[in-house]
Amino acid sequence: MTERYNPVTILLHWAVALLIFAAFPIGLYMADLELSPTKLQLFSYHKWLGVTVCFLAAVRLGWRAGHPPPPPIAGMPRWQEVSSVAIHHLLYLFMLIVPITGWLMSSAKGYQTVWFGIIPLPDLVHKNKELGELLEGVHETVAYVLALLIVIHVAAAIKHQFIDKDGLMLRMSLRPEGKTRS
Amino acid sequence: MRTAVFALGLMALTAHAADLTQVVTEKSQIGFVSKQMGVSVDGSFRKFDAQVSVDPAKPEAAKARFEVDIASIDCGSQEADSEVKGKSWFNTALFPKATFVASRIRSLGGGRYEASGPLSIKGISRDTVVPFIVRAEGSGAWFEGNFVLPRTQFKIGEGAWSDTGTVADEVLVKFKLFVSQKK
Repeated sequence: MTERYNPVTILLHWAVALLIFAAFPIGLYMADLELSPTKLQLFSYHKWLGVTVCFLAAVRLGWRAGHPPPPPIAGMPRWQEVSSVAIHHLLYLFMLIVPITGWLMSSAKGYQTVWFGIIPLPDLVHKNKELGELLEGVHETVAYVLALLIVIHVAAAIKHQFIDKDGLMLRMSLRPEGKTRS
Repeated sequence: MRTAVFALGLMALTAHAADLTQVVTEKSQIGFVSKQMGVSVDGSFRKFDAQVSVDPAKPEAAKARFEVDIASIDCGSQEADSEVKGKSWFNTALFPKATFVASRIRSLGGGRYEASGPLSIKGISRDTVVPFIVRAEGSGAWFEGNFVLPRTQFKIGEGAWSDTGTVADEVLVKFKLFVSQKK
């Protein structure tokens, strides 16, 4: 039996996954909407989700520092080991960068970010139209990079599950017992 | 006789000189803060005009009429600017101006005053109370204050936009007007 991730790590992983899977399509959809109450609502929800992702990513990094991930499974080629570490590091980096660029972009466009409509985040940049447009492009680009990283991450997990059949995914499963029996 | 006419003329002149009548629009500001999904968003009007006659030592006797060019609105984004000029918001094609006439002014003491009179926006007129303070500076005076505008009472934001959960009903209107003597 391979060593599993810590239960808190597993919970945080799936919570953040869920939030990103919600925030990304909302972001794509809302950007081209005509101004309406729905658009304002979606922008707020997207921002709240993003801030939560950023917050939880920071929590995960802190937690990870005290709870190192289990060692790589036996028999994995060296290049896979190296690339998996690289992708994981990049995922963490972009889970922070994407929300932070969104937050800065909002400030530059003159719309403060207020987490859940309750906790105001400081505006780190002043309102500035050009900067706002620049940051919009940056936010969009880094969001696509994060999406690409996630595609690679998921593709690798699927490969381990269905081609290598090495049980790697069980390490991050929320219900490992139920799955091993089937 | 000539002396008397001269004296009368001088009196009229001094009385007139005490009154400030020129709103210096370059120095003055009319802005507002709306709340969208719990977030304060600043906006302003670039163009406005006023007919004012006020003695800063006796603001109670002042006469003032303000006119705001709604199409000069700056809500923070181009998209919002064009939206609020539309029918559901200000309908600027039909109602290009908002006006406020200060028909009564009373002193609240301590340099604080309260102007009340009809505020007209989008064809709807409502008696509105506008508190303000007066601060003399050089040859003129600053008139500063703010008041809450209940936007739905003026049908600012109809249809889907009348939902005050998204855009709050209370819009804080802030003004800072510098009035000087006629140049």
